[in-house]
Amino acid sequence: MNVLLDTLFNGLAIGSVLMLAALGLAVVFGLMGVINMAHGELMMLGAYTTFVVQNLLKNGPLEGLFPIYILISIPLAFLVSGLAGLLLEKTVIRRLYGRPLETLLATWGVSLILQQFVRSVSSAFFIGLVVAVALGLLVPRLLPAAWWRQRWSPLLGVGGWIGAMVVGIGLAAALGNQRDLHQPWFSARNIDVTAPEWLQGSIDVVGVTMPTARLFIIALTILALLAVHWFLQKSVWGIRIRAVTQNRPMSSCLGIPTEKVDALTFLVGSGLAGVAGVAVTLLGSVGPNLGGNYIVDCFMVVVLGGVGKLLGTVVAALGIGVLSYILGSGSLLLLWPQMPAALNETITFFATTSMAKVLVFILIVVFLQFRPAGLFPQKGRMVEA
Amino acid sequence: MTITSNSSITPATFLRRWWPWIAIIAAALILPFVLPPFRLNLLGRFLSLGIVALGIDLIWGYTGLLSLGQGIFFALGGYAIAMYLQLDSLEPGQLPEFFGLYGVKELPLFWQPFNSPWFTLIAIWVVPAVVAGLLGYLVFRNRIKGVYFSILTQAALLVFFNFFNGQQKLINGTNGLKTDTASFFGQMVGSDAMQRNLFWITLLLVIAAWYLCRWLTTGRFGDALIAVRDDEPRLRFTGYNPTAFKTLVFTVAGALAGVSGALYTVQSGIVSPQFMAVPFSIEMVIWVAVGGRGTLIGAVFGAVLINYAKSLISEQLPETWLFIQGGLFLLVVTALPDGVVGWWRQGGPGRILAMLGSSPATATYPGLDLDPEVQAERRAIESRAIAEETGAREIGGEP
Repeated sequence: MNVLLDTLFNGLAIGSVLMLAALGLAVVFGLMGVINMAHGELMMLGAYTTFVVQNLLKNGPLEGLFPIYILISIPLAFLVSGLAGLLLEKTVIRRLYGRPLETLLATWGVSLILQQFVRSVSSAFFIGLVVAVALGLLVPRLLPAAWWRQRWSPLLGVGGWIGAMVVGIGLAAALGNQRDLHQPWFSARNIDVTAPEWLQGSIDVVGVTMPTARLFIIALTILALLAVHWFLQKSVWGIRIRAVTQNRPMSSCLGIPTEKVDALTFLVGSGLAGVAGVAVTLLGSVGPNLGGNYIVDCFMVVVLGGVGKLLGTVVAALGIGVLSYILGSGSLLLLWPQMPAALNETITFFATTSMAKVLVFILIVVFLQFRPAGLFPQKGRMVEA
Repeated sequence: MTITSNSSITPATFLRRWWPWIAIIAAALILPFVLPPFRLNLLGRFLSLGIVALGIDLIWGYTGLLSLGQGIFFALGGYAIAMYLQLDSLEPGQLPEFFGLYGVKELPLFWQPFNSPWFTLIAIWVVPAVVAGLLGYLVFRNRIKGVYFSILTQAALLVFFNFFNGQQKLINGTNGLKTDTASFFGQMVGSDAMQRNLFWITLLLVIAAWYLCRWLTTGRFGDALIAVRDDEPRLRFTGYNPTAFKTLVFTVAGALAGVSGALYTVQSGIVSPQFMAVPFSIEMVIWVAVGGRGTLIGAVFGAVLINYAKSLISEQLPETWLFIQGGLFLLVVTALPDGVVGWWRQGGPGRILAMLGSSPATATYPGLDLDPEVQAERRAIESRAIAEETGAREIGGEP
């Protein structure tokens, strides 16, 4: 009995992290049909925000707030990741509307840039970047208007940005000679967030040891789920988001500002990734490669859950979490000791985390043979099945 | 080359028609003796990557299926040849060294056939093709497509990666299989002479693969592929079965990836599960995107160009490569959707030159197009035509 409860709890804990990470992805994918490969990197931004908040509060004038820094970093991480996502939507994704495969590649490019940015950002680098962006935005307005009517005006825009980049890189290199400005903020190494004291212990309930950090993550997930549910079902913008998800052209005809809806959804989805990033820091040290560990699993949740219903995401995430824990930890063998030998061997073969992933994926593909549109498909008649 | 005997063809037209081939043959004959062995080896590797890029061009550029899992087939081809080379350099009765580390006493069953070179030569492309065909059939049968297809191929890639990474006892797990110290037809695979031969073999196979792809895409089969890409429901309603076309083309791409992986393995000296890493497979897609999808030659060109740039930049400034690569993804997708070759074919360089004020882009006869008198007449004719048209409309369309 204890083994069963223990297994269920651990599976639930894994599933809840997965759910938190996949929630934002599912909302965005349902609405815009866009797969955001940079979702994992937005999680990473949330994790790094937590790290920064922790370090700022540790030794500063606000030391009194240190015990609850994790609570403070949740809204901050939401904001940081959300704004990064908004920027991404406004600059890249909006241009690629209706071309989902291209969006996938573009967001992968963004994810590479974000990873390397976190690795090599230093004060000098940051100043150079800000100067380059400012120049790129400002210089075109300062040039004589007559130039923009020339035949070569398109080259002027491109050349302007290249010039701004060269100036920025040159400035960064010049500043980099100063020793303290050259120091990278995070570097490529992993960062550690120490959980506050009240999250370090564990609670025993009917013989099952539950680490408080895991309980906190489960609570955070439930809270986020309720918040998203309320937002989508009750708020005005939520109703608009659902309308656009169901039928974009018709919503547009009825006066719903679809562009604003897209931007808002992307902000919320990215913000949720940031919150997931806060949760991940409680599980161990995190690094610039954090995103890669989660992104494919999140996609599987979205594919399995189907589009357009929160329930699908919930069931899929918990299902994948519990199943991979049961298979990976080999607790089936403990639950059922007198299992037939052949089955026993098969299960032992798959009883590692990576092999459990193999089996879970095979099961998902088999499942999709029967229900190609996921667990909870959207009802309706379409040519495109 | 019987064409040369035809008297109507002058040397100039012969050159114009055949210059790419002359250039390729010249490069194939000269480069191995001019480049240092290290650079030649790199060029050979990148050319072999061109074959997997050709396969991606077939399925993505022509059929519209973005596979993020070509690394599976690439690595399967690599493992096939590496297993043969491991066995070939042993005395009879011996086992490859790594088996001893994990206490394996007997050669696993699936290693046995790789004792035969002929089986290996076939397995290099048949095994990946069969895996691709199966995976493709299961996915396409349910009309899973677009982004879903991309995600599923990526997940499949991760599954294979985990499997090969975790199975030390079967294929040496993370460490992979080394090939450069093995012998092949009595010569060390890593030796310079052998690498030169491999370079020529690679070049020949790239050309063969290019011909195969061109043959597939120019006929009716190619038309069907493009129809799948542009409007699949319509193709279905016309009475065709897109599943068959898609599965077939995915299988061909898988086979090409296998050949490519085998060539890459013998030139790089090792095959490891890193060949199935998620980023590597997405990189393959960007080679095709930069070169130009739907252009075939662009795929090979992109693979060689990007990889050469990568190796040069990573030698000098390793931190900047990811920025450049990410920037390339963004640039190609937003500004150059048809890639470099597509941009070139659509007259891109001419447009840039025209912007810079050298002779503007002209239609057919520069002499006429640039003559101010002709220009004035043409404008007069156009304005009269417009006046007539609008005038006719005001009257109400009376003849």
